[in-house]
Amino acid sequence: MSEHQSSGVHIASVKLLLTVWVGLMFGTWLTVSASNVDLGSLNIWVGLAIATGKAMLVGLYYMHLRWDKPFNAFIFLGAFFFLFLFIGITMMDSAHYQPALIPGYAPGMGD
Amino acid sequence: MTEHHNADGHDPNLAHHFESTEQQFQASKLGMWVFLATEILFFGGLFTAYSVFRSNHPEIFIFGHQFLDKNLGALNTVILICSSLTAAWAVRAAQLKQIGMLKLMIALTMLCAFGFMGVKAVEYNSKWKHGLLWAGKYDPHDEDHAAAEAGAAGTEAPVGGAQEAPDSEVAEGSPSVPPADAERSAISPAAEGPSGLASPSTTGEDEHEVAIEPANAQIYFSIYFLMTGLHGIHVLGGIAAFAWLFVCARRGFFDSGHFTRVDMVALYWHLVDLIWIYLFLLLYLVD
Repeated sequence: MSEHQSSGVHIASVKLLLTVWVGLMFGTWLTVSASNVDLGSLNIWVGLAIATGKAMLVGLYYMHLRWDKPFNAFIFLGAFFFLFLFIGITMMDSAHYQPALIPGYAPGMGD
Repeated sequence: MTEHHNADGHDPNLAHHFESTEQQFQASKLGMWVFLATEILFFGGLFTAYSVFRSNHPEIFIFGHQFLDKNLGALNTVILICSSLTAAWAVRAAQLKQIGMLKLMIALTMLCAFGFMGVKAVEYNSKWKHGLLWAGKYDPHDEDHAAAEAGAAGTEAPVGGAQEAPDSEVAEGSPSVPPADAERSAISPAAEGPSGLASPSTTGEDEHEVAIEPANAQIYFSIYFLMTGLHGIHVLGGIAAFAWLFVCARRGFFDSGHFTRVDMVALYWHLVDLIWIYLFLLLYLVD
């Protein structure tokens, strides 16, 4: 079937599907283990990095993005880019006024 | 798809406004990816709310996450990952016209989805029983600690209402236990005394366990229910979509190798899985 495939149709082998599954299970184990290690404020970033690794496994292989037209990946990543802007700019705004709103919790107010 | 035109020059699965099945398939896929992008932004508002509240009030999240069962969350993560495997396998089966395998994989995916909702129901039920609900409905109570709660009600009420009496290991060592206990010495343990080595612990055994309820703890539960609730609705939608695929498979719709529908539903399902990966991290594994 695959010899006369045109672009966009990729049939994932069972081996690949199972390998990705093992990777995702390992990632889950790693996330839970990492959350039990105290890394201070680094914990959340380690967790997000592992979660993003898992998301990439799902996106590239289960969602076929690796073999898909790049434009689909572009749309998908575009959504994440706008989400990044949404969260980033909101956080910048919040960081500016929030210290003034919490009594006794204004580390940046002195200067 | 590769299925080319029939002898009469007409593929029943090809809509007349498309030039080829290949073009039709790519158009469907493009539309699906645009839909998934809107889904990410749909959840994005909640992720933004989460980021703002967590960065400004981390204590609310450290307090709230103690009431979630990490093991149940991990179990649901495993269930969803398994369902992603079966969904991806269903696409492969449809591509190869393995209809029996396709039906099996659709059924397994639905089974996982029901399992996920079952675990979720157990979790929601325990939150409901303890009054750990969204703002407005937030009224934490615990039958086992009703007495301690009654004693604590008079000693501190700056939080504007009910004193938290969480799981037993959290409640022990809480300063909310009235010191009027006759068995208890008024002198601090040596290690915590005036010349002791350790600084007095006011938050329980573990420095990460916050036994005192911070102000506005209900915000955590509002965010928890909104995010997992919206995700749960998506899981229900996924169950409906897979049920539809199963009916299609039974009616022989996929016998010709026209697998677009399976592919699109699987893409949706993978996104639901992907969002859960982040929800599990952000709501259950706060530390």
